[in-house]
Amino acid sequence: MAKSDVKLLGAWTSPFVMRARIALNIKSVDYEYQEENWLVSKSELLLKSNPIHKKVPVLIHADNPICESLIIVQYIDEVWSSGPSILPSDPYDRATSRFWSAYIDDKWFPPMIAFLFAQEEDAKKAAIAQMEESLVPLEEAFGKCSKGKAFFGGDRIGFLDIAFGCFLGWLRVIEKVGGIELLNETKTPSLLKWAERFSSDTAVKELIPDTDKLAEFGKALPEFGKALQAKMRANN
Amino acid sequence: MADEVILLDFWPSPFGMRVRIALAEKGIKYEYKEEDLRNKSPLLLQMNPIHKKIPVLVHNGKPICESLIQVQYIDEVWKGKASLLPSDPCARAQSRFWADYVDKKIYDLGRKIWMCKGEEQEASTKEFIECLKVLEAELGDRHYFGGSNLGYVDVVFVPFYTWFHAYEQCGNFSIEAECPKIIAWAKRCMQKESVSKSLPDHEKVYGFVLELKKKFGIE
Repeated sequence: MAKSDVKLLGAWTSPFVMRARIALNIKSVDYEYQEENWLVSKSELLLKSNPIHKKVPVLIHADNPICESLIIVQYIDEVWSSGPSILPSDPYDRATSRFWSAYIDDKWFPPMIAFLFAQEEDAKKAAIAQMEESLVPLEEAFGKCSKGKAFFGGDRIGFLDIAFGCFLGWLRVIEKVGGIELLNETKTPSLLKWAERFSSDTAVKELIPDTDKLAEFGKALPEFGKALQAKMRANN
Repeated sequence: MADEVILLDFWPSPFGMRVRIALAEKGIKYEYKEEDLRNKSPLLLQMNPIHKKIPVLVHNGKPICESLIQVQYIDEVWKGKASLLPSDPCARAQSRFWADYVDKKIYDLGRKIWMCKGEEQEASTKEFIECLKVLEAELGDRHYFGGSNLGYVDVVFVPFYTWFHAYEQCGNFSIEAECPKIIAWAKRCMQKESVSKSLPDHEKVYGFVLELKKKFGIE
């Protein structure tokens, strides 16, 4: 497929964008990448392709926009069906992958973002506690899903690996900035080892942003969050 | 081997209704178990230890949780009849997108309409109507979101129709006046037995909402 037929609108800091890029890598799809500078402004193409949410990632395939990261990953899996499978084939296993992916978006992501936007220490502490709590069932889920193999998806990276692994860049920033070990030998030994394997995978390793570079970017977030809150209050 | 299908549910739950409709569309026989949410059964807590919520679908002893996941599971297991998701990957992605949109917006905004008062209620009502208009535009001239047949988005969205009356009474507005095509679509869905038999009467739902308001001390 010609490179120009597949375009991805993204942002190097976004874990959701990374989900789409990992999936495209797994399927060896050639694509054109357009970086959106979302803190500053959104491109015409982004606003036209995702008028409802105005967010990245957006996959544009033969002029058709596909939005929402997990929907994009499923789309990639279905279109490039000759490549390695991303979702399991068994319906029950698929439901399990979807369940834990939804769990990650519901229980892991909100405190993660709360930490990054927090201005006060109390808010940061509360967010860390929630992140740590959310990892406990995930550690157990790894055992059940992997069935003794390297990844949630088995021998190869699958849907759930992508759904959670995309956050490793920011997780490392939070560990460094917060002086904590979110993934550790005591509470999450399986996830700790899985994270190493995931980060080293060929479909992933070029995509995880440098911790220091991401941390530097992260410094701007509390101020941005404050400005956003002020703007929302003014609009009401 | 005959399939054993159990649904743990709560009669006014729009999420439970989605699963009821999907099972009915596929003609699947199942056991319906009503949960008392103030006193959750050991089975519910065992089958959904993470969220402890209904609906829970139990298929041959194995639990599936979260209504969108359940509907997709039902569509994938009972493939032969009444396909809910289209076969084309792009159309599937669009169906998933709109189901996700309904999931992100309708329940929370609707909840604010009956739970809040004054400015917050007004703002929620306004946003709720805007969301319905977006969905109305997406429906266009189609019979159903699924085209000529009931599809994934129809199953995910139509349960909220039984809650419309409650929202209108609490928020003092008319959905039909704002979004006539949505009401026409919902009535079309209700012509189907799989939908009409899965949805409770809207006066009963309104009565339930009034009880909740009383319980929470909302006038």
